[in-house]
Amino acid sequence: MTALNQLTIAEARDALRKGETTSLALTEACLAAIEGAGALNAFVHHTPEIAREQAKAADARLAAGEAPAMCGIPLGIKDLFCTKGVPSQAASNILKGFRPEYESTVTSQLFGAGAVMLGKLNMDEFAMGSSNESSCYGNAVNPWRRGNDTAELTPGGSSGGSAAAVAADLCLAATGTDTGGSIRQPAAFTGIVGIKPTYGRVSRWGIVAFASSLDQAGPMTKTVRDAAIMLGAMAGPDAKDSTCSDLPVPDFEAALTGDIRGKKIGIPREYRMDGMPAEIEKLWSDGAAMLKDAGAEIVDISLPHTKYALPAYYVVAPAEASSNLARYDGVRYGHRARLGQGDGITEMYEKTRAEGFGKEVQRRVMIGTYVLSAGFYDAYFNRARKVRTLIKRDFELAFAGGIDAILTPATPSSAFGLGEMADADPVAMYLLDVFTVTVNLAGLPGIAVPTGLDGRGLPLGLQLIGRPWEEGDLLNHAYVLERAAGFVSKPAKWW
Amino acid sequence: MSIDIDTARRVAHLARIAVKEQDLPALAGELSGILTFMEQLNEVDVTGIEPMTSVTPMRLKRRADVVTDGGQPGAVLSNAPDAREGFFAVPKVME
Repeated sequence: MTALNQLTIAEARDALRKGETTSLALTEACLAAIEGAGALNAFVHHTPEIAREQAKAADARLAAGEAPAMCGIPLGIKDLFCTKGVPSQAASNILKGFRPEYESTVTSQLFGAGAVMLGKLNMDEFAMGSSNESSCYGNAVNPWRRGNDTAELTPGGSSGGSAAAVAADLCLAATGTDTGGSIRQPAAFTGIVGIKPTYGRVSRWGIVAFASSLDQAGPMTKTVRDAAIMLGAMAGPDAKDSTCSDLPVPDFEAALTGDIRGKKIGIPREYRMDGMPAEIEKLWSDGAAMLKDAGAEIVDISLPHTKYALPAYYVVAPAEASSNLARYDGVRYGHRARLGQGDGITEMYEKTRAEGFGKEVQRRVMIGTYVLSAGFYDAYFNRARKVRTLIKRDFELAFAGGIDAILTPATPSSAFGLGEMADADPVAMYLLDVFTVTVNLAGLPGIAVPTGLDGRGLPLGLQLIGRPWEEGDLLNHAYVLERAAGFVSKPAKWW
Repeated sequence: MSIDIDTARRVAHLARIAVKEQDLPALAGELSGILTFMEQLNEVDVTGIEPMTSVTPMRLKRRADVVTDGGQPGAVLSNAPDAREGFFAVPKVME
């Protein structure tokens, strides 16, 4: 029998509606699982009182027969989301002690739909990282291991805590955010599903900003169906975010017909990187074969500017970050450095930010400052924004040519060991985002689906990229891939 | 583009991040490495290409110019490291 914390959202929803279980029982099962999973360091702020109260309220709504799909579902919330009265630190020491006076639009919508918050989840500081190693809370740990090897692996980043928590059944699902791959890469590293919606589908209001033209929130779930259900509850117009679209939110779950006959799947030749591991190559061609068997047509396509996506991203994202993070000045919230005799306001800013920001955040803020500074703005920032236009055009041409979805690997490898990249230069770490950043630069929806295990027993995922605003169709492709791959492996419990 | 120690010092100051003098050479090296990586962008012909300002072809929404919230000084100041008499407090700014 499946334990309550191991249920999917869809299973729990159906059981709740039939009266076979209660939200409080689901919540207690998750709280107990969290209690026993300290070794994963996924939950960094625990909110059991809030969870129990929300669960009781959800049970009352269910009893009254007024229950949206997310009603009573226990979730983990990434620390990047501001949650009223609950620490929201973006995994940074500079926001230590910060308790927002307001609720982010996403969490507000989820709670409005009856969802339950179990606590806040670990992540890379300010969502800057691909391994969850830049967190002020310490590393989150992947529940997966390489066979009998006890070495701790990264759950990926930046939504590493979210990925570890969902993969280890500490919650039914979690929120994530994705600026260059921070939902899809950790989803792939932990054998779960993660979707980054079209830019503007989900409100960014109340989510600590990293790079505003790239950031999008999305669900991290155990199945594609759950991603469809939860995305529906997170998405929608918001007067508080002027970049959030007014387009109506369709019923994403209803789009899961399992029928992709006649659809055209693009395989971009530029994603076939030199030195790509044979396992990743095989995963990719197997995935294409599965979609072909389901009646789709596989088409070779070209996205010629792919090679320039990473350097463009690492200009645009730090530039926006340096501007967004200027607000952390030790005046309005968070940490302020202890000042010395004669220190003025400039020393206060400089010491506060040196103490409060970790190394990677400092590096990105300084790179961003440099590329925006007088004399370099055109050479770096404007050039990167022009290249971004070209990258988006590549996708537009592919879609105009009749392509419905694009299939690529989600990551260049399976999860690596914590600390293994410690001596690598920053650029080597940035290369981990090679398959995912293009999607953010072009504002497109992208989803990671687990489709296999590597030779050491670690999960691997494929990425599907969809047309803007067509998350429903994208989810349907992912649903077909998920069913064909039949990925059911779970990490063996060691924690 | 190679960043020298003086440039690293200047960038750190522009970013308002205190960097110890002995840490500047390593910082300059790291920043140089990242900028060298970015220089691949110089290979791309961007003649006549507009820099992207909005990834979705949309006009920014407008709203009525009315007050929608406010009158909550307590909530606004509740997270301040130093707040006095309804204000944020900072070290002396003018001599």
